[in-house]
Amino acid sequence: MKANEFDVIIIGGGITGAGTQRDCAMRGLRTLLVDRSDIATGATGRNHGLLHSGARYAVNDPESAAECIRENMILRRVAAHCIDENDGLFVTLPEDDLDYQKTFVQACRNAGIRADIIDPDLARRLEPSVNPDIIGAVRVPDCSVDPFRLCAANMLDAKLHGGQVRLQTEVTGIIREGDTVKGIRTHNRNTGEDVEFYAPIVVNAGGVWGQELAQIAGVKVGMFPAKGSLLIFAHRVNNMVINRCRKPSNADILVPGDTVCIVGTTSSRIPLEECRNVAVTPDEVTLLITEGMKLAPRLASTRILRAYAGVRPLVSADDDPSGRNISRGIVCLDHEVRDGVKGLITITGGKLTSYRLMAEMATDLVCKKLGVDKACETATTPLPGSEEGSYEEVAKKIWENPTTAQKVAASRMGTRVSRMRSTDHRDEALICECEQVSMGEINLAIERLEASTLTDLRRRTRVGMGTCQGEFCACRAAGLLAKAHGCIEKEREDIDSFLQERWKGNFPIGWGETLREAEYTQWVYKHVLGI
Amino acid sequence: MQYQEYTQSEYNFEECTKCTICTAYCPVMQVNPLYPGPKQAGPDGERLRLRDPGFFDAALKYCLNCKRCEVYCPSEVKVADLIQSARIRYERTPPKVRDYLLASTDVMGKLARPVAPIVNFATRQQLTRTAMDVTLRIDRHRTFPEYSARGFEGWLKRRKKEQAAFPEQVAYYHGCYVNYNYPQLGKDLVKVLNAMGVGVQLLEKEQCCGIALIVNGQSAQARKKALHNVESLGKAVESGLKVVTTSSTCTLTIRDEYPSLLEVDNAAVRDSVLMATRFICEKLEQGATLPFRNDFHKRIAYHTPCHMARLGWGIFSQRLLQMIPGVEFTPLEQTCCGMAGTYGFKKENYANSQAIGAPLFDQIRAVNPDVVACDCETCKWQIEMSTGYKVENPISILAEAISDNGKD
Repeated sequence: MKANEFDVIIIGGGITGAGTQRDCAMRGLRTLLVDRSDIATGATGRNHGLLHSGARYAVNDPESAAECIRENMILRRVAAHCIDENDGLFVTLPEDDLDYQKTFVQACRNAGIRADIIDPDLARRLEPSVNPDIIGAVRVPDCSVDPFRLCAANMLDAKLHGGQVRLQTEVTGIIREGDTVKGIRTHNRNTGEDVEFYAPIVVNAGGVWGQELAQIAGVKVGMFPAKGSLLIFAHRVNNMVINRCRKPSNADILVPGDTVCIVGTTSSRIPLEECRNVAVTPDEVTLLITEGMKLAPRLASTRILRAYAGVRPLVSADDDPSGRNISRGIVCLDHEVRDGVKGLITITGGKLTSYRLMAEMATDLVCKKLGVDKACETATTPLPGSEEGSYEEVAKKIWENPTTAQKVAASRMGTRVSRMRSTDHRDEALICECEQVSMGEINLAIERLEASTLTDLRRRTRVGMGTCQGEFCACRAAGLLAKAHGCIEKEREDIDSFLQERWKGNFPIGWGETLREAEYTQWVYKHVLGI
Repeated sequence: MQYQEYTQSEYNFEECTKCTICTAYCPVMQVNPLYPGPKQAGPDGERLRLRDPGFFDAALKYCLNCKRCEVYCPSEVKVADLIQSARIRYERTPPKVRDYLLASTDVMGKLARPVAPIVNFATRQQLTRTAMDVTLRIDRHRTFPEYSARGFEGWLKRRKKEQAAFPEQVAYYHGCYVNYNYPQLGKDLVKVLNAMGVGVQLLEKEQCCGIALIVNGQSAQARKKALHNVESLGKAVESGLKVVTTSSTCTLTIRDEYPSLLEVDNAAVRDSVLMATRFICEKLEQGATLPFRNDFHKRIAYHTPCHMARLGWGIFSQRLLQMIPGVEFTPLEQTCCGMAGTYGFKKENYANSQAIGAPLFDQIRAVNPDVVACDCETCKWQIEMSTGYKVENPISILAEAISDNGKD
């Protein structure tokens, strides 16, 4: 077997791809994952970070709802360090129909979702930020999840099971012999190298770009990209997820995640060509603020950190190329059966919450085709980092009196934080003060998690995600990257593109403190550091 | 497009632009690597604590609440309040016996007064200090303020009629130190104000301002005292009186910490409570006079206590001292003395406390004044112990510089 031959190649480093690689690797397959940029750059990293209980889909899509609650309960166990078990409220405002609550609760129960109607007074006590005017409240087992961490943990575990990962690697062609897919042609965007990789099975997990990949392979998958915009507030206003108890609509979910909270989303169809560069429009900002205020009035006067948008990879139902019936369920296409193209599988649709199930379905199909008879274990085997209890217990096992920075690191890395214990005090120096990311954590991400740019580091460690948006941490982290790569020139460009990317998120909400801070950042980099 | 006209956050923590000037000016940061610094302990830490109270950092106890971070912050973040409020909200370790003793300035004063000579003798003994060091972790190097056998309140009560005869009246919030340790400062204030034709009244019943309780983990008790004091102050203010004070820390506590840390509404009294030096300085500038001696001569170095700097009122004490004929005045650069009330008494803080104060001590030695002027009693203890120079409240210096009602 040559170095560029594998059992299965997975295209796409989103959560679906990473999850599929992990599952395949755990079943003993030799795997390769490629992505044109980094992990979690598409829809995976551009959503609420909500681990659905399924309640949102209970009325309209009971099948998805049942899927969500099963996966929700599984991920609490196997991905504990990526998840905050904070529960959610579905609140009824005076302008909403309280009768919907009954339909909603019944639908939740039918789908197996625990849904307790609680007194609005109790809801206000449980979640003091909630709109005090609510006339009804239902408590459901929603969670928040850090999609970057979840994706990185899957990739890491795949690597621990022998998997290989090639990032910044664009697929330029699918190698076919007749009707059989043999491998992929790739172009490395960093080194400029063109390399071919071979495998009997190629899994298309390209999300919204899966349509282009399918095209390259000569099959047709119709994606219907729907853009969703969100606002990040600079600190946690709420500690429970707050949803509106009505038919799903715009800007009706507020999710606490790590040190921030996120309100969203909007929904609008966009052409496929625009998917790589979506921007938040002023109208969307207006909608998000005005609707968000109804969930938690304090949002009206809470500092907004960023605005961002993602593209949902919705798929047209297979027998409905017109796209009238867009499914939000999981779509796993065996192109051998569907199009007569052997060795190609497309796994798409679905949701962040159901990624593990998607990976299991895709891997089952891969194994069936390869004649491998091994059961899926991802529902019971914890991800690396999630093997033990709370961050406090994890930190106490390692350090006698853990500092706040150590506790925060444990909350991000789970048990993997033990690798940060070092005798070198410099490892404890903070690179990112807002999010308390230490030099040790950054270096680990460079060494173990395939981070090669500041943006990659941000996804893996939260560096630059705090209120200063890279003002202090970008140059510090860049120093570590330059040292690791032995190249200073490239890091200058990296800082530039990192800060541009930060500004892109600040721009749509560029007022008040966020504008003031961005201006200050500019002074620091342009006028003090001369970059 | 909808945009936000303004944003709000508790103690303005979201206004922080991470400029780090607070950290640069934090005296603890210079000497104690265990302290995360005002930016991290304050606005950065707040975001983490809002995520999970488990991220509260016990090292916040190293903050000496000097409030220099707030003085320097260009974004009006109430950094020190944020830190103290986090300690109030999240600290789960109960205060030690020592902390109860140190914080109960009034109770200790009441107990010590009847036996003041014995207490004073005892606290001067090396043996007692070693015992307290070992058992209570109160550092053995500290000298203790002496207790006075006769309180200030009784002294002024006996002069009630005499004081009422003056055409103008003020109320005096004297604080624990004047009542239990150093009544002379109160007497000096009465002398100066009387010389300006102002009579001095006690408040109906004042209690300790509560600052020592706040910083020693006993905010509930502090709040009781605050409620009581605001009521007493309210009665004086309602009857048209200004309330003067001689301690910068008590003043800052009553004016600013009551609402921000103890949630006690002091709006009705806040603007009427002011340092006596400001009251007198403004009066003199408006044409009032004092019978200054013509044989007074002193070289005075003025140290601005941190809380005086936070009030923004150091300038009044400075101007007042410079009005005294025969004064050679040197302002000292504003640095923290390191004492911070009960902070410096604690064994774990002693070395840091002295290290923080060192630049100030050096300045004083270089100036070599006859006396150091300062509006804070705990700065006084620290500077006297650490440099051997005599420290007096500007009011006492003023009292010395005016003639003694014909006795001169």
